[in-house]
Parts: sequence; C-alpha cells; structure tokens
Amino acid sequence: MELLLDSLFNGVAIGSVLLVAALGLAIVFGLMGVINLAHGELMMLGAYTTYVTQLIFKLPILKPFYNSYIIVSIFLAFIVSGVVGILLEKTIIRKLYGSPLETLLATWGVSLILQQFVRSVPLAYGTGLIISLLIGLFLPTSFPSKIKESINFKYFKFSSWIFAALTGVLTGSVISSSVSKLSRASARNVDVTAPSWMRGQVEIIGTAFPKTRLMIIVITLISVIAITLFLNQSAWGMRIRAVTQNRQMSDCLGISTEKVDIITFGIGSGLAGVAGVAVSLLGSVGPNVGGNYIVGCFMVVVLGGVGNLLGTVLASFGIGIMTDLIGAGRLLSIWPDMPLPLSNTINFFATTSMARVMIFALIVIFLQFKPTGLFPQKGRMVEN
Amino acid sequence: MRISRRILAGLATASLAVTATSCGGGGTSGSFDDTVTVGILHSLSGTMAISESTLVDTEKMAIEEINAAGGVVVGGKSYKIEYIVEDGASDWPTFAEKSKKLIDQDGVPVVFGGWTSASRKAMLPVYESKDAFLYYPIQYEAQECSNNIFYTGATPNQQSEPATDFMYKRSPAAGGDFFLVGSDYVFPRTSNTITKAQVKQLGGKVVGEDYLPLGNTEVAPIISKIKKALPEGGIIINTLNGDQNVAFFKQIQDAGITPSSGYYVMNYSIAEEEISTIGPEFLEGHYGAWNYMMSIDTPASKKFAKSFKKRWGADRVVADPQESAYNMVYLWKQAVEDAGTFDDNAVREALVGQKFDAPQGPVEVMPNHHLSQTVRIGEINAEGGFTILEETGVVLPQAWNQKHPSSKGFACDWTDPSKGEKYKL
Repeated sequence: MELLLDSLFNGVAIGSVLLVAALGLAIVFGLMGVINLAHGELMMLGAYTTYVTQLIFKLPILKPFYNSYIIVSIFLAFIVSGVVGILLEKTIIRKLYGSPLETLLATWGVSLILQQFVRSVPLAYGTGLIISLLIGLFLPTSFPSKIKESINFKYFKFSSWIFAALTGVLTGSVISSSVSKLSRASARNVDVTAPSWMRGQVEIIGTAFPKTRLMIIVITLISVIAITLFLNQSAWGMRIRAVTQNRQMSDCLGISTEKVDIITFGIGSGLAGVAGVAVSLLGSVGPNVGGNYIVGCFMVVVLGGVGNLLGTVLASFGIGIMTDLIGAGRLLSIWPDMPLPLSNTINFFATTSMARVMIFALIVIFLQFKPTGLFPQKGRMVEN
Repeated sequence: MRISRRILAGLATASLAVTATSCGGGGTSGSFDDTVTVGILHSLSGTMAISESTLVDTEKMAIEEINAAGGVVVGGKSYKIEYIVEDGASDWPTFAEKSKKLIDQDGVPVVFGGWTSASRKAMLPVYESKDAFLYYPIQYEAQECSNNIFYTGATPNQQSEPATDFMYKRSPAAGGDFFLVGSDYVFPRTSNTITKAQVKQLGGKVVGEDYLPLGNTEVAPIISKIKKALPEGGIIINTLNGDQNVAFFKQIQDAGITPSSGYYVMNYSIAEEEISTIGPEFLEGHYGAWNYMMSIDTPASKKFAKSFKKRWGADRVVADPQESAYNMVYLWKQAVEDAGTFDDNAVREALVGQKFDAPQGPVEVMPNHHLSQTVRIGEINAEGGFTILEETGVVLPQAWNQKHPSSKGFACDWTDPSKGEKYKL
C-alpha cells in the first residue's frame, strides 16, 4: 500500500511537471496549430521572473512578505511570459499563420534570441523592458473610446510608448541600483530558493512527500482547472473554441479572429511562464532551462491528441507514471519473484536513461496504431 | 511570404552575430623583442560557457602575469605572449574546427583548451594528424594518453580513488553501502567502473547505480531508488554534471536524504564555483575531492586567489580547474624557455620533468604527459568553501587506470620510443 502510494505520488509528481510545461503548448499548438519552438524560452522567462521576484522581496521594504514571494511570482510570470508572447504574436507569428515550417524556423530563431538576451542583458534592465512593453501594449487600449476613435489617436499611442519607455528605463535603473545581483549581465545559472514553509516534507498516511512537489501538483491542478473553466465557461473561451473549429465562419459571424489569436497566444505563453515558476523550484534557472523541456512538451501534446486538453492531462500523467514504474524498477518490488529473463530485462531498463528510451519506444509504437493520439479531434474540418 | 523570408533572414543574421564571438587579445608591447601568439579555445557560449569562461579568465591572467614579468625568453630574445580566443560554443565538432583554424591559419605553437571529454575526443585527431600540441586542464576519466595532448587535471587515481578510500574507511558513513549517481556520458561511467572495482577490493558493496541523461533534471526515480537501496543511510558517489547537481541536491534535501539522516555524498564535479551556484545550504556536510581547494592555507594558494580576485572581481572564486589552467600556461612557458624554441617536438621533450610550484603545492610533468599532484578531501562548509580534512602526499598519475578491468597492467611513457601510448607493465 505504502509502495503503491509512493509510486503513484512519484508518477503524478513527474507527470505534473510535464503537464504544467505542456499546458501552454497544448493551447498554442493544439488550438492554433502554431509550432512554437520558443515555448521553452517563455518558460525560462517565467523562471527568471521567479528569481527576480525573489531578490526584490529580499529588499527591506518587502522583507516581511518574503514568504509569499512564490505566490506573487506565479502571477508575475504569467504576465511577463504573456506579454512577450503577445509581442511575438503581433510581430512574427501573425504573418506566418498557415505555414508551419516558417513558424517553426522563426520561433526557433526567437528562442535563440531570448536565450542570448538573458545572457547578455542585465536582468534589472530586462525587467524594465518588460514593464515598458506591458505599458506600451496595454495603455492605448485602456483609453476611452472617444480618444480611440479620434484621428489623432496615433499621437496618443506614440506618446504612451514614450511614457512606457521612460518608465521602463526608470524602473530598470531603480532595480539595478537597489539589487546589485541584477545589475550585471551573467550567463551563469542562478538559483531560486523556496521559502521555508515550502521546504522539507509532509507526512500523509505514513509516507513522506516533499513539499515542493506537492506545490507543483497544486500549481498544475489550479492551472488546468482555470484554463478549462476559461475555455468552456467564458465568452472569450467560447470564441476561441469557435475560431479553432472554423476560422472563416467565425470571422463571418463577427468574431474578431485577430483578437482571439492574440488572447489565445497570450494565455498559452502565460501558462509557459507559470510552468517556469514550477521548474525553478526543482532545478537551477539558466538560459537553457527551457530547452530541456521542449521535447517532452511536444511529446505530451502529440500523444494526448492535438487540440484536446483532456488528452494532454492523461498523456502527462501516463508518461509520469510509466517513467516511475520503469525507471525505479517498481515492478520488481511489486512482484519480487518473477522469472529471471523478465526480471533481468526490467533491471536493464531500470535506469533513468534507459527508462527514457523505453518510454520513447512505447510512444512510437502507440502512435503507429493511433497516429492522432489518445483523443483525436473529430469533425468535418479535421477531415478536410 | 516575402515578409516571412525577410524576417527569417533577419533572424539568421541575428543568431550569426550572436555566435561569432571570437576576438583577439593582448595589448601594446612595451620592451619586448618580439611577440608569440598562443590559442585559447573554450566555450564562450552554450551550456558549458559558465564553466569554461572561468578558464579563459585564468589563462588570460597567467599570460598577463608572465608578460609583466618579462615574457617568454627564447634564445636571448624576449617574447610577449599574445592570444587568440576562439569559442568552442559547447559544440564538439566546433572545437575540432576551431583547432584547425588556430593551427593552420593562425599558426599558434600551442592551444590551451577544452573542458568536456567529448570536446577533447573531438579535438584529439586534429592535433595528432597535424602533430600540434593541446594543453587540457580538467580532471577527467583518463584511459587516454596522446603524444599531442598534455593533461594537467587529475586522473581517477588522483581524485576518485583516494576519495572512495576515505568514504569507506574514515567518513561518518564508514563501512556503509555505496550508491553511484552520475550524468550519462563517458566520465561518470568510467569513473564508476573504477569505483565499483575499488569498493569490491575494499570489501564494500555497491547497491545501486543510476545515470541521468544530460539536460534531464527529473531525479524523482533516482531518489526512490536511493531510499530503497539505502534505507538507513550510506555513501552516495556523485558524478553529475553542471546544473543537474542543483536539481539533485534540492530534491534529495526535500526527500530527507541529508547528512543528518546518515547520507553522505562525495562529489567529483563540485568545486567552489559550483558550490556558490548550487547554494551551500544544500551541500553543507557533504564532501568533495580535488587537487586544489581555495581554502589551502599556503602563500602560493593565497596569492593565486588574491590575484584572481584583483583581476576579475572580489566576488569571484578560484577552483581546481582554474588552478590546472593556470599551471599549464606556466609549465608551457618553462618548457619553451628550456627548449630554447617554440618548436613542438623540442618543447614536448623539454616538458617532461618540468617542475612548478603551483598553488596546490609542487607539481611535476610525468613521462605520460600527466602531472603528479596532491589530493585533498574536503567537507563543504556553510561559507561555501571546503574544510580540508585530509591531504595525501604527491600522487603519480595513471593514464591507464590500474583498477579498471580494461586497462589494468598497462602504462604510458612518451620518453621511451619502445613504450609509447600503451605498454604492458
């Protein structure tokens, strides 16, 4: 019983890291059909946001609230990655809808640029830049419609970008002068330390579980529930689903597909940021952190069936549980006296690298029989 | 369509601009008769940049020190050392390509470079075919002895063997079982084969072994295996690389695998630089084995640390790989001065037997192109350094390990033409 619980927990823990990382991609790739190779780098931005938030919360003014910085950073990471995602959509992806190969190459290029960006720009000014992007992109939309409709709106837009740039430079310099660790560019990996209440273990029915893992499971669950509710219950969610199913028809019915694209891509990118917070709790934060997850993300989305969130959820937990079953040699402990050739085979695959080989092989075999994944999309659109 | 192409072209140029980072160095010469240009080849971009850039810094410092002391004196003429830094970009074929460039196009007499074994293996055929000379400064798995490479890092018998011995006989977990964890590539696998043979000789037991694919930070299955194999605590030998250590130590601490519950980790890839990245709070009470540790209390060691901090910033640390890199520049200079020429063959002959009063203590170049070195075992302390517990005498290098089943009974000697790369003892 204890063994089963331990194994199940480990499987869910591994699976939830995969799921939180793949969730954003499931939306961007699954619903919009955009192969976003920069997804891992959006996660990286989320992880760096956690790091910056942590350092800012160490400042004397915010010190009393230090323990809650991780909660704050989840929201900030969503915003930061979301804003960068929106910028990416507005400048590059929008021009490439319907040409997957070009999107793939362009987003790969973006991922290289983002990696080099965090290596060579001091994080304080990086933060400033994000703040100016945030203001520049959203300030003009918040003007009253009277101003928006006037012919001189472009001047308002222009001046709000100038305001945004100034604010960005100002915050950049303020952060840079108050937190010395953020004032210099560095290619070196940095470390996020979980607040004390999240370290150590909790005991549930006789088994000890690491708290960070539980936290990641909670973050994942909340993200999945929130995104499901958003897609199925809200008006914008309905529009997103409509555009996914039939773009031309939705356009004809007066849905602004342009806006839908921006929102979908922004949310997908924002979720990548949240995933970044989760992975920063497990390992170190560096320019390459996202690249380690991108293959797993695509694997999960393809296995689950493109365009289906439930498939993504089941695929991640499936892969997680299988990884633990094979990688830790669980079957041997469940059935200790199995025949020799079988136990030797299981022992052979009971290392992390061989387990990965096995998982990939199983996925390849599975896709031979069900090339569209666990839950393929059905309907006339798809068949066409 | 047109727009998309333009954007792609733009992206391509942008990424090219980012990767092309080679640059010349040196400065204006004062009162030198001539200059000599050497090659420095490490990764300045990509995964390995964090580690390898510290070697570039150290090599530059050593060259500046030599220049300040009058440069290299060959045949009565003083030469100022200048250098060309090339970026290996954490990509092994690039190391081979840049080596060719340095040798053929720039005509450098020597290249200081490399970190990973994979990069060294990629460069080796280049140096052998062109009969050029590479100086390689990292502790590695040995089982190699090239006439064209000069290895200033430790071989397994100068690091892992004394460490295993310490863990089994004198650590708080003495007599306990072993669990081996490493990244999945040549160094951890070879090192662990040697450790397994040694543990068997000592009468101990290795109860488990696992390798994490490079780039993977999911250590949950390894943790459950450790808990199953070592329920009451024991010895863990860790050869994980780079960032994977961060994931490993964060997660084992959360899972209750700590020194206070009887688990002691001996690390072969964690030096002062890595301790500060991982965080001493995760590592305190675990062990490390190196030839050089920053806490060595000798004037030579203190001077080395002090000049490095003075040159590159007070928050910087020095560690074993940097010390090896520092030593090799000086040993090359001495060998060139003794040979009286920059010619490869003469320098190679003059090199064997060179002695240098290194920050770690005296080192000497052996006929197998490796260094005799001192081995130290340290406990990681809360300040992010090592508290040195043990110090061996000078240990001679074994290019072919005497505990590894495939190389037992073999040795390497380049001073005797009848012996060469691998001969039977």
